[in-house]
Amino acid sequence: MISLLPSFPAPPVFASLVNLGTADFLVIGVYFIFVLGIGFYLKHFADTGEEFFLAGREMTAWIAGLAFISANLGALELLGWAGNTYEYGIMAAHWYWIGAIPAMLFLGLVMMPFYYISKTHSVPGYLLLRYGPASRSLAAITFGVMTVLMSGINMFAMAKVMQVVLGWDIGFSICISALTVGLYVALGGLLSAIFNEVLQFMLIWFGAILIPVLGLVETGGWSGMVARIKENIPRIHPENPNLDYTHMWRVMAHSSDNAMGMHWTGIVFGLGAVLAMGYWTTDFLVVQRVLTAKDLRAAKMAPIIGAAFKMFVPFIVILPGLLGLAVLPETLYPENQIGAGGLHPGAHTYNDVLPLMLARYCGPGVLGLGITALIAGFMSGMAGNVTAFSTVWTYDIYRPFKPNASDAHYVAMGRWSTVIGIVISIAAAYLVQQFASIMDYVQSLFSFFIAPLFGTVLLGMLWKRTTSAGGFWGLLAGIVSSIAMFTWVKFDHDVAIQYVALSKDASAQAENMYSALWSGIICVAVTVIVSLLTRPRPDSELVGLVRSCTDIPPEGDSPLIQRPGFWAAIVITVCFILNLIFW
Amino acid sequence: MKEHHLSIWFIIGVQLVIMGVIILAASIYGLFFPPENPVLFENLHPGIYEGIALLLLGLVYAIKFRPGSGKE
Repeated sequence: MISLLPSFPAPPVFASLVNLGTADFLVIGVYFIFVLGIGFYLKHFADTGEEFFLAGREMTAWIAGLAFISANLGALELLGWAGNTYEYGIMAAHWYWIGAIPAMLFLGLVMMPFYYISKTHSVPGYLLLRYGPASRSLAAITFGVMTVLMSGINMFAMAKVMQVVLGWDIGFSICISALTVGLYVALGGLLSAIFNEVLQFMLIWFGAILIPVLGLVETGGWSGMVARIKENIPRIHPENPNLDYTHMWRVMAHSSDNAMGMHWTGIVFGLGAVLAMGYWTTDFLVVQRVLTAKDLRAAKMAPIIGAAFKMFVPFIVILPGLLGLAVLPETLYPENQIGAGGLHPGAHTYNDVLPLMLARYCGPGVLGLGITALIAGFMSGMAGNVTAFSTVWTYDIYRPFKPNASDAHYVAMGRWSTVIGIVISIAAAYLVQQFASIMDYVQSLFSFFIAPLFGTVLLGMLWKRTTSAGGFWGLLAGIVSSIAMFTWVKFDHDVAIQYVALSKDASAQAENMYSALWSGIICVAVTVIVSLLTRPRPDSELVGLVRSCTDIPPEGDSPLIQRPGFWAAIVITVCFILNLIFW
Repeated sequence: MKEHHLSIWFIIGVQLVIMGVIILAASIYGLFFPPENPVLFENLHPGIYEGIALLLLGLVYAIKFRPGSGKE
């Protein structure tokens, strides 16, 4: 049985939004039993390093593809992007279409062959083979820091949901989630994480599907929703009463025409060409899932399958955010305005829009499934970070200091680093609260590390003239410049934002897009200049690492329907059509 | 030689069946004993449709990928 609290006056933060019934608890209980059961069951199948860190490299394209997308379908997807949609409108869908699909296809068709043929265990591992230990260490350490922070974000988001929706204490929720993820990952390694991620992917869809369906029923369809949003915007966003929140591209001719303060160049070049490419092709959290594929064709198909599903995730994330603008009677606010000293103490935040919509439509049992979907999203996000951290820590940070230990020793280190990573994540969870929304924080981190890394890896794969020194100094310059821009904007916002984001109206999202673009350009420029001034490696040392030195098995005579390129063409065409529809 | 683990699709199928049964049962119970504070569109009985969908899909997966079926 569900009881919705009155929408105004707003309830105190610690009040519960919904009351779960017996059926809801049963559904959640079944989920936890399966998650932990999978961990205990698969421990027996994760004895060697190959099994623990790479799931035995025996996954089909479908399993690797769904795990690939599910590892990303964590807190930032479900809560962060629904919240961002409430804040910025349908423009948030850019992060799914131009900000994901082309990059995922690029990974499958262009980059995956090199990751797979080189038999690397990680992205820093590829840098070791291509550039040497200095670049590997730099990438591994920055990735390790980013990953545990990301894991902390997932924990914080989950604890917040539990607090808002169920009234659970934040510390209690963090303990439960940390214990569960820690157990099933430490026991079954990546195999266990992948099993759970595929399971979670199904639950997320089933748990969230009722919100957009019933939401559109309530508004009378898309046009009814758009009309209601136009009516509500002056109340919800009085600072932007006349802005268009329901179109993606036509509002970006000028940065002042949209709530994000974003010019189209920031989306196309900053997000699409640099940030998204960096995340989807070099963030080991997602790439690790594809490395588990059983053969090269499966490795190429996995990101394409992931892209096909990713294209429709806005239906359960962006659309609920828009529906929140249309139907919720209360107004939601940024995170920094709802605390005790804030402008709206006790009100709900942007990031609460999805749980509020869940409580609006979901009855007994279905509500439990919806909550399970949220928990599953958080668990998969956390597990993704933890498994990636464990692998990079063990192989790329720890092993150089102890290079000749047994395989069993590294597996033991993998299990222990899982536990340690989770402990650090708990501490990181509390850093999130100082930012206006969860995603702004995440984007800042991506800008620091991912954009320059993409430049380094891409040049390494496509240009054989790139040298070890060029790779290292380019990566370092990109990271340092990104941090410098972030710091400059932090301390001298009004002046710095006009140079970094090309507009005084730019939001944190826009700032991060341009920051990523500049840091990527700086990385590439420094890499090229230093490479031209230093001696390249002979071609014979670059076989399996660089395109012009590697014979990639051709798709040759295989039927059209079995070719990754064919399916990639279909996916990109559908993506293009979707952009036109919501232009 | 190490045995092969259960198919992931079989595990998913079993879980969907269990959850489908729970949701379907709760929704049918709600038909006869309506909640005091119903959610919007309770009259459309979305729980019944969702429960049936979960149950059927779960059965398909659980049967098709059952142990010994030879499918991964």
